[in-house]
Amino acid sequence: MLTLDDLSAVWLTLKLATLVMVLLLLIGTPIAWWLARTRSPVRGFVGAVVALPLVLPPTVLGFYLLVAMGPEGPLGQLTKLLGIGTLAFSFPGLVIASLFYSLPFVVQPLQNAFEAIGERPLEVAATLRAGPWDTFFYVVMPLALPGYITAAILSFAHTVGEFGVVLMIGGNIPHKTRVVSVQLYDHVEALEYTQAHLLAGGMLAFSFLVLFTLYTFNLQRKNQYRS
Amino acid sequence: MQKIAAQFENDTGHKLTIISGATGKFYAQIKHGAPFDIFLSADDETPERLEKEGVAIAGSRFTYALGRLALWSARPGLVDERGNVLNKSDWQYLALANPKLAPYGAAATETITTLGLTNLLQKKFVQAENIAQAYQFVATGNAALGFVAVSQIYENGQLKSGSAWVVPKNLYTPIRQDGVILNSAKAKPAAAAFVHYLQTDKIKTLIKSHGYDI
Amino acid sequence: MKAMGANAMIVAKFQAQYAEFTLHADLELPAKGVTVLSGVSGSGKTTLLRAMAGLERHTHSYFAVDGEVWQDESTGIFIPTYQRPLGYVFQEPSLFAHLSVRGNLEFGRRRARNSQHLIDIGTAIDLFGIGHLLERSPSQLSGGERQRVAIARVLASNPELLLLDEPLAALDFKRKQEILPYLEQLRDTLDIPIIYVTHSADELARLADHVVVLEAGRVVATGSLADMMARLDLPSHLANDLGVIVDATVTAIDTRYGLMELSFSGGTIQVVHQAQVVGSRLRLRIRARDVSITLARQSNTSILNQFCALVVSEAVSPDGAQVMIRLTVGDTFLLAQITRRSRDELLIAPGTTVWLQVKAVAVLV
Repeated sequence: MLTLDDLSAVWLTLKLATLVMVLLLLIGTPIAWWLARTRSPVRGFVGAVVALPLVLPPTVLGFYLLVAMGPEGPLGQLTKLLGIGTLAFSFPGLVIASLFYSLPFVVQPLQNAFEAIGERPLEVAATLRAGPWDTFFYVVMPLALPGYITAAILSFAHTVGEFGVVLMIGGNIPHKTRVVSVQLYDHVEALEYTQAHLLAGGMLAFSFLVLFTLYTFNLQRKNQYRS
Repeated sequence: MQKIAAQFENDTGHKLTIISGATGKFYAQIKHGAPFDIFLSADDETPERLEKEGVAIAGSRFTYALGRLALWSARPGLVDERGNVLNKSDWQYLALANPKLAPYGAAATETITTLGLTNLLQKKFVQAENIAQAYQFVATGNAALGFVAVSQIYENGQLKSGSAWVVPKNLYTPIRQDGVILNSAKAKPAAAAFVHYLQTDKIKTLIKSHGYDI
Repeated sequence: MKAMGANAMIVAKFQAQYAEFTLHADLELPAKGVTVLSGVSGSGKTTLLRAMAGLERHTHSYFAVDGEVWQDESTGIFIPTYQRPLGYVFQEPSLFAHLSVRGNLEFGRRRARNSQHLIDIGTAIDLFGIGHLLERSPSQLSGGERQRVAIARVLASNPELLLLDEPLAALDFKRKQEILPYLEQLRDTLDIPIIYVTHSADELARLADHVVVLEAGRVVATGSLADMMARLDLPSHLANDLGVIVDATVTAIDTRYGLMELSFSGGTIQVVHQAQVVGSRLRLRIRARDVSITLARQSNTSILNQFCALVVSEAVSPDGAQVMIRLTVGDTFLLAQITRRSRDELLIAPGTTVWLQVKAVAVLV
């Protein structure tokens, strides 16, 4: 049966994934909007930086985050200044790392959704007396809803599966940074295969259920309009 | 290991290829038929298991080095010569390798238990996957202190950086690092030659100079 | 809603550089009735309309409606589109896909500035016959239905100026004929200025009170409809329908012969009866090529409509074979197209009095 340790790891993972998903939707929206609308020459540069976590091995990302979070690194110096100490081995540190790690999984679907809207609905809204914020909340977001759903699913699932980054900066501290992926890895390394199976199987079933529900919901919405 | 290999090739004319990696991974690969000839482990358990399971030549097991444990900090002056810093509370994290998987990690927890400091220090533990990661945590400053291998922080008898306390041998079970000849090397004279070579005085001196005992 | 003064004007001055042309407009338009911006595709009509709406911003621009300056680049004034009390109908029906028809109308209504609605939303729904479509989503409507909803939506937002960019262009002939009456009714019932872009001479003839003709970004002609249609140097895309538009009122119906009599400022005219009643106001189009000239009133002719007219001016066609004669009948101008030979043989010249025979009259319904 799953031990208390395992369950705590599951709970921690879910907490992490949910928090990261919500934060990324908030942070990713303005970034995706800017990328979708701007004609600035910096656009390519910013887009590439955002997409980096897609191609970098997670361990590379994790390693540089480890260095950056240390007392000599830029992030570490910032957090020291704010009186927070260093971020490594802490839950907030994991959250920050996951934000970097899963950022493109939110920005790209949102950017695509915003671009797909095009110029016309925005012009129409303006001629109907809707200001920029009004237009964004009542026209852009509803039209971009499928993009938001995709972004939410992807970022959640991606964070649940996060391993390399957590390994580098987590420190495997129970109830704080010991997430399921690391717990699973340790079970396997210690040849505790039964535990490993239970944990892995459980996470697989859960993830599949989440994805299945959300994708079915998304399809239903699309079909609604086709009657 | 590269130095040893270079000298071996010079002295005997045999060719040597070094493949490095984690002990646990190699165990799995060897069990599944990987074409290695000699296995130098980070611990003594794995070669013993290989011998028992008939994948290594019986009786070929030998100890090529004894690992030595050290308490290290990247900050010069933090660690004193007696390790009393462990009793102080002005630092936050203590890194050590996973005791379930790494012999240095097991030695570290053994040391702490022997010193009676387990209750005091447990909250400050940060567990690394292996000794290399433990080193990383300390080297980047994220963990103020950590238990690492002497061979990682000393070169030619000198501490490379920071401050350290070499843990006295009586505080932990010796970390035997054993080697073994695998079945696939039965007919290779070079294999036996290398094992013999490793145990010559010349090489033992070299090994010692890198922070090991033997 | 702010009532426009009797002499209110819309002042529009724009200059913009594009790849295909340079837009250069310096216009003063009446702030009431329908002004049609006419011209072939690529002549800059849409660009001009978008500039008026503030959807595109250029340097060297000035736009004021009845004294309110909405844009003046020389002093840095630019009121963004969403703060201008205007309504805009785009060429392709542009309903919000995520809202039902009702939702789209509500979107317009909720953001209307003044509480006193120019046109009640219920009236707009009736006017455009979209009551049965309210719960549908835009993807379930035909092109004509979508455009009607789009116009109703714009009206629900209570605009003080209505801009329409070729609203019928994306529709087929049948749909166009379906919607034109709604637009005519709109013109008749609404008290706000309408600026209407089209390249169709038909729409222009039926809707315009004032006309601006654009060619390659420049204004080549501007004036009231009557003046424009009777001009002899009209650009070719309108020249085929060269003739005049006459406003007339039905005065009598002859049920025995299926005719109706209308009176206009030059007299009375008879046309085939078409489901109109006495008192209806109609527009008639009389093409120049349907008008012939005789020196004396004819008898024993099948042509019912003959008028005494005064020759005002003439213009010879580029090939030298035809002449366009401009005449007045009472207060109304008419055009007649005859051969140069006939002109010379009949000694027709400005100042002479002649008789016109109008063979065909089109009633614009």
